[in-house]
Amino acid sequence: MDYFIQQLINGLTLGGVYALIALGYTMVYGIIQLINFAHGEFFAAGGYMGVIFISWLAAQGVHPYVCLGIGLVLAMLYCAMLAMAVERLAYRPLRQASRLAVLLSALGMSIFLQNGLMLTQGQYDKAYPTEITAGGFQLGGLYISYMQCLIVALTVFLLLVLNLLVFKTRIGKAMRATAQDKVMSALVGINANHIIAFTFAIGAGLAAAAGIMVGLYYGTVSYSMGFVPGIKAFAAAVLGGIGNITGAMLGGLIIGMVEIFAAGYISSQYKDVFAFIILIGVLYFKPTGIMGENVDDTRV
Amino acid sequence: MTIQESKRLWIGLGVGLFWFLMLLWPLLGIKPGGFEFSETWAVFSKVAVAAALIVAVYHLRRAGLLDFIGTPLVRATEAVGRGYQKAPTWLLLAVVLAAALIYPQFAGRYGNDVAISVLIYICLGLGLNVVVGLAGLLDLGYIAFYGVGAYTYALLSLHFGLSFWACLPVAALLAAISGCIIGFPTLRMRGDYLAIVTLGFGEIVRLILNNWMALTNGPNGILGIPRPDFFGYNFASLSSLYYVILGIAVFTVLAVYRLNHSRIGRAWEAIREDETAAELMGVNTFLLKLLAYAMGATFAGLAGAFFASRMRFVGPESFTFLESAMVLAMVVLGGMGSIPGVILGVLVLVALPELFRDFELYRMLVFGGVMCTMMLVRPAGLWPAKRMGRRSEEMD
Repeated sequence: MDYFIQQLINGLTLGGVYALIALGYTMVYGIIQLINFAHGEFFAAGGYMGVIFISWLAAQGVHPYVCLGIGLVLAMLYCAMLAMAVERLAYRPLRQASRLAVLLSALGMSIFLQNGLMLTQGQYDKAYPTEITAGGFQLGGLYISYMQCLIVALTVFLLLVLNLLVFKTRIGKAMRATAQDKVMSALVGINANHIIAFTFAIGAGLAAAAGIMVGLYYGTVSYSMGFVPGIKAFAAAVLGGIGNITGAMLGGLIIGMVEIFAAGYISSQYKDVFAFIILIGVLYFKPTGIMGENVDDTRV
Repeated sequence: MTIQESKRLWIGLGVGLFWFLMLLWPLLGIKPGGFEFSETWAVFSKVAVAAALIVAVYHLRRAGLLDFIGTPLVRATEAVGRGYQKAPTWLLLAVVLAAALIYPQFAGRYGNDVAISVLIYICLGLGLNVVVGLAGLLDLGYIAFYGVGAYTYALLSLHFGLSFWACLPVAALLAAISGCIIGFPTLRMRGDYLAIVTLGFGEIVRLILNNWMALTNGPNGILGIPRPDFFGYNFASLSSLYYVILGIAVFTVLAVYRLNHSRIGRAWEAIREDETAAELMGVNTFLLKLLAYAMGATFAGLAGAFFASRMRFVGPESFTFLESAMVLAMVVLGGMGSIPGVILGVLVLVALPELFRDFELYRMLVFGGVMCTMMLVRPAGLWPAKRMGRRSEEMD
């Protein structure tokens, strides 16, 4: 029983991280119907920025949790800027082009960013300062690290903020309007380009936060770390119904749980396969996902 | 170009460069010990000069000041194009084939090595071209079929002692079957969902190759795969192996050409342009999409079997997503649906990096950049296919 609960906690942690990445996919897809292949790279860049800022601050003798807070904010800002640049250079000029062209441009961007990260930061993994990642407590037969608590708390906090932003603020309303109908929202004075850039920035900021959390959880980051979590998070977005924010959170949790339980009870070597099988299964039987609405047939 | 437009261009460049500096400096300049500026400036100034030059050239071209270079160049390419149209096709093909046949006599070991990898990628590119270029199905897990072909030959030759020539059709057949297995569940999807599912399948195949220790020897791979031999003649040297892959490549070119110009090829193109309309006109889209996967996979299977015999080793790390993306980049760069285009794309992306060996690290960076830039400036590729339309569903 202890093992089961321990796995449940691990699954919750990982699921929260996937949910944060999945939100970026789902928001971008909701607004411009594009699978942003480069999204996983924002996640990796966020992880690296976390290492860079946090180790620099830690070397100045700042308290670990203050380092973490500042590093998180700076990394999120950095990735938001990166995403806006990517959107401006690789996606906006292709707004009217065929969907295949945009998809290939996104794929090219993903390879470009991944290798840019490798060239500037080196091929080897980078480690987070251990004074931040260490520590935990026993609870009955369970071991819970401080990082796990932090990740869950931070995920919940970010999800709440995002929900407030999307459903309660003016710009969130504009985002939803643009996602629904670009022409009509333009007629009432919403600048679609600004809204799309903003959506990219928000999604990338969340991915950066997820990157830092994964870095803290495993202790290291690598330049190629964006690819597999990116695909899994995409699976989560699809599972929840792409374009649906609540669905992405739910899908992220499910994918995280499935991965941890499959690794714990079936086979740890094939744990990545299960996310792909879920993805294929969902697309085959219910392409609109759990929470998704029925979309236009040609879009699927 | 008016003054205002030109001003906007330079302001845009300035903002972009400032943005780039803001993105670059944290990556290069912040070290735990302190700040560092020289490295960032070195990289930044190179990029800034290059970008400013490009904008300046663009500016001059718009202003018509480069016409004295541009116009003769356009005339020259037009003249070459006319000459190409006038010359009988068989003559051109004969020249190319003759050059290909005598190539190993002049090339050294290194030259042969490059030529062999060019030919392998030609088979892969043309196979993917059937799926992506002709049928319009974006496949991001294509390299899995290459892996299936390679492992088929490796396992059959080592465990059963079968010869290369007996394994070749088996490898092609198994790859085609796995193409059908992947194709079957994905047939309901279109566009980007299809892309992501094929990517997932490709990863599943790689994970199986990596983890099924009993069959594939896991990450260690399989060693000591024999070279092909032909009635006692062993293709041990690279220059003789070159002829084997040349044969396979010529077969691929012929097969893809015939497929392209057959009823099946027309039906694929109809599916690419408008799937719903094609179905209404009586095209069996289900069967033909499945066939596209199977045919595309067949050529990858052939190339894979050859690859295993050439390297004498197979391991899962040869069949990663990045390889799929590379083959796709070749097809896209050359021109989807165009056979000479794909061959040109392979030559550009395989042979050119060989010339600039010192920039090995930057290779994938350039791949990604080229893919993006091509989509922005020339989405149909360097040598576009003659028949190419636009999907009706994208018109809106």
